[in-house]
Amino acid sequence: QNDGYRTLSLSGHVGFGSLPDQLVKKSIKQGFCFNILCIGETGSGKSTLINSLFNTNFDDPVSSHFLPSVHLRAQTYELQENNVLLKLTIVNTVGFGDQINKEDSYRPIVDYIDAQFEAYLQEELKIKRSLFSYHDTRIHVCLYFISPTGHSLKTLDLLTMKNLDSKVNIIPIIGKADSISKTELQKFKNKIMSELVSSGVQIYQFPTDDETISKINTIMNGHLPFAVVGSTEEVKIGNKMVRARQYPWGIVQVENENHCDFVKLREMLICTNMEDLREQTHARHYELYRRCRLEEMGFRDVGPENKPVSLQEAYEAKRHEFYLELQRKEEEMRQQFVQRVKEKEAILKEAEQQVHTKFEHRMLMHQEVKLKLEKKKKALEDEIAMFIEKKANAELLQSQASVSTPLVSLKRDKDRK
Amino acid sequence: CQLFGYVGIEAVLDQMKIKTMKMGFEFNIMVVGQSGLGKSTMVNTLFKSKVSRKASQPGQEERIPKTVQLQSVTHVIEEKGVKMKLTVTDTPGFGDQINNNNCWDPIIKYINEQYERYLREEILITRKRKIPDTRVHGCVYFVPPTGHWLRPLDLEFMRRLSKIVNVVPVIAKADTLTLEERAEFKQRIQQDLKTHAISVYPQEDFDQDPDDRALNDRIR
Repeated sequence: QNDGYRTLSLSGHVGFGSLPDQLVKKSIKQGFCFNILCIGETGSGKSTLINSLFNTNFDDPVSSHFLPSVHLRAQTYELQENNVLLKLTIVNTVGFGDQINKEDSYRPIVDYIDAQFEAYLQEELKIKRSLFSYHDTRIHVCLYFISPTGHSLKTLDLLTMKNLDSKVNIIPIIGKADSISKTELQKFKNKIMSELVSSGVQIYQFPTDDETISKINTIMNGHLPFAVVGSTEEVKIGNKMVRARQYPWGIVQVENENHCDFVKLREMLICTNMEDLREQTHARHYELYRRCRLEEMGFRDVGPENKPVSLQEAYEAKRHEFYLELQRKEEEMRQQFVQRVKEKEAILKEAEQQVHTKFEHRMLMHQEVKLKLEKKKKALEDEIAMFIEKKANAELLQSQASVSTPLVSLKRDKDRK
Repeated sequence: CQLFGYVGIEAVLDQMKIKTMKMGFEFNIMVVGQSGLGKSTMVNTLFKSKVSRKASQPGQEERIPKTVQLQSVTHVIEEKGVKMKLTVTDTPGFGDQINNNNCWDPIIKYINEQYERYLREEILITRKRKIPDTRVHGCVYFVPPTGHWLRPLDLEFMRRLSKIVNVVPVIAKADTLTLEERAEFKQRIQQDLKTHAISVYPQEDFDQDPDDRALNDRIR
């Protein structure tokens, strides 16, 4: 781990041994986030178990069996123990396993998990980001409730778990385990584990690399899946009130290790491995999601000549590509525009031409008609002139005749004329 | 929500401690100041071991470099099971020339280079589980014990660097000042910093908690 650096020995107390404590103090102030996803059929004991695990009463309304599709309901609670503040989010699958056609049952769950990863990725990719105060909603652990049939896993279970094992840490649990006898239980557990192994489902293994917890974790790994019983009621045993279920034939105590694996689950989930679960979610599942997503968007770490390419260069390349595409489209549109304008111009020119010819034609006609009219006018004027002349002549003759002939005969002449 | 009994949430603190102790810590500091102010001696005293080699040892060529050069030494030290990779970056030649214009540029470049390196690692598609952190966490600036005020070089340097790194101003070789001179000097320095709006570590805008603010006010 030293990578070739010299190790110095200290000759006195320096004080950085308190660094872990400083970190811890800061985390206490910041608070922790823990998000649990519970998958299981309606009535498999999810809400009761969560109430028992955290020793409190989360107000979870009971859901009906007749929902048309699976949807997820998330609720966030703030728990405080001594001075540690925990922001706990419980996500429940409502309506899981109730439909007649269960092909798409796992889809909403996968979509929800992906959506939380996506939100975190978006925050991380922001320019001005605030990861420090970001409320982490990524699912840290998935408790998968197996129905206590006593035989084997259902196909729905295998299908769902296979689709989730690369996205979230899965811890399989047998719910309502007080309905299975001790011998049946061991056989059931073995059958479940062998089925998971043969289908290639990767469930969460408690980490065994740290000496302090590796022994207990290895033991616990062998007890998977945990057979649990939850209860919200308390029964008086001896002189203590304990969580238990009271049947006519006896009492099942939740915290009794002989009765069920509840204590083991609580130990593993909260006391020993909470931090590891959070780290696995961030370092393994989230990184995988991020890698797939960025590759989907077209980014690569290695360029076409196998030279390493940074995200910035990829961005630049993409932006350049986009810009070129934009320019090309613009050019295309411009060409089209020019074409249309030309066509329109041609049409208009032709129309103009037509109008022009019509105009000339009409002008010609106008000229002809005008000439005709002039001729007629001239003719009429000549007639008028002749008539005036005749009239003048007539009057002259009349004045000459009135001197020599009587008036009556003039009148008669006049009448005749 | 109210808890009715013991759940064990605080066990997560121990888990965290174990994890951080296994991972180890990285701490990078930079010491800046004119030669002869006692930087190497102070670093050695701080970490109680021979971290830096002193420039005034016999047999070593005593040459002031023409430009500011940065030299980093990295050591691994361990205390109480906590492993720390300590990197000390020295800046010989700072402020030693006749013309010290822009002598802070190589330092700013170095700091930004470390940030750039970290950013590059962070935006890779397949990133490492633990990105090696070479970013400078703190810069200790040595002020010569004149007893008067901060010099223009000090002000310029601290002004520029307090924007990109945590600057901790330190009065070097303070045994040459009497207690009253020291107190006066400190006050004048604080006034100077305030007048020029230089925010040294601990910065005021990070004071979100009232406990933090009380602690930091005392340090300031």
